[in-house]
Amino acid sequence: MNRLACVVVVLAGFMTACAGDTIVLLPDDEGKTGTVAVLSDDGQERALISDAYETASVSSSSVSTKTQNADAVESEFGELLEGLPPPPESFLLYFVEGTSTLIDSSKSVLPSIFAEIERRPGAQVQVTGHTDTVGKQADNDALSKQRAKAIRDWLIDKGMDATLISAVGRGERELLVETGDETAEPANRRVQIIVR
Amino acid sequence: MRLIRTITVLFSVLAILLPLGTAQAEEIGRIKGAVGDASIEREGESIKPKPGQVLQQSDVLQTGANGRVAATFVDNSRFSAGPNSRVELSKFAYDPTTEEGEFVTSVEKGSLAIISGKIAKSEPDAMKVKLPSAILGVRGTRFIVEVGQ
Repeated sequence: MNRLACVVVVLAGFMTACAGDTIVLLPDDEGKTGTVAVLSDDGQERALISDAYETASVSSSSVSTKTQNADAVESEFGELLEGLPPPPESFLLYFVEGTSTLIDSSKSVLPSIFAEIERRPGAQVQVTGHTDTVGKQADNDALSKQRAKAIRDWLIDKGMDATLISAVGRGERELLVETGDETAEPANRRVQIIVR
Repeated sequence: MRLIRTITVLFSVLAILLPLGTAQAEEIGRIKGAVGDASIEREGESIKPKPGQVLQQSDVLQTGANGRVAATFVDNSRFSAGPNSRVELSKFAYDPTTEEGEFVTSVEKGSLAIISGKIAKSEPDAMKVKLPSAILGVRGTRFIVEVGQ
C-alpha cells in the first residue's frame, strides 16, 4: 500500500490497515490463552495482549487493540495456522530400580513410537531420562542421562535412524509423582520419548 | 628422534585446531514442511528446505509469493511462516536438562504463526520476537505476527 492510500485509509478510520505490524493472540492447543508483551527497545512494557483473538496494531509510536471473533481470524490466517506442525507426542517407559533396564511392559511401546515417527515428515526424537529422588542431584543427573542414552542405543538397535535421536537427562527435576527427597518411587524412574 | 618429535607436535597442533574448524553447529530445530518458493539462508548460502532439514542459530527462513515453511524447535516451539516472509532465527540457546534458555526471532517481513515452547515457560521474555515496530515478550502462547507493508 502506498503512503497516499495509507493516509486515506487512516482518515476513513481503518487504523489497523496501515498502522504498522499486527499481532493476533490465540488460544493454545489446550484452549488456554497466554500473554504477549509489547516492549520498547529498552525493554519497557508498552502494552499487554492477553485475551483470545485480541488483535494489536503496533507502530513505533502507538499500540491499539481490538478483539476479533474466531471466524474472522480463521478466514484471514487459516492457511498460516494450518501450516503449524502438530504438538509433539510423548511416550513413557519405566525402569527397574537403580538400573537402565526397562521393565517388560515398557518394551511393547516400541511399535507405537515407530508409527508416530512415520506419521511425521521430518520427525525428531528426544529421549529424556528422569529419576526418583533417591540419591544426590548430580548422581541423578548422570543416571538419567545414562538411561536416556541406553534407550537411544536400544532404539537405534531396533532400527531407528540415529540422526533423528537426541538423549537428555533431567535428573530429579521433573517428578511425575510428587514426593519428598530420598523417596523411591517407580513412577518417577522413567524415560520420556518425545516425537516432534 | 627430531622428526618424530616434529610429527608429534604437528599432530598435537592439528588435534587442537581441527575441532575448531569442523565444529558442528548445534541443531536448534528442523524443517517440517515447505511449499512453493522457500529457502534457508545460511552464511551467504541458500539451502532448499525439506522435511528433516536441521536448522541452526542465525538461519534465515525466506519465502516468495507462493511460499510457506514450517519448523519445530528442540524446546518444542513451532513456527509456520507465510508467503513473502523473511524470518531470522537470531538467537537460540537452550539447556535441555534445566529447560532454560533464550530464543530471539526477527520477523523482518511477512507473517509468522508461533506456538511457544519450554524456553518461553522458563522465564518471562526469555522468548522474544522482534518486529520492525516493537519487540514482543512471549509469555507462553499461540499467536500470529504480520509485518506491515
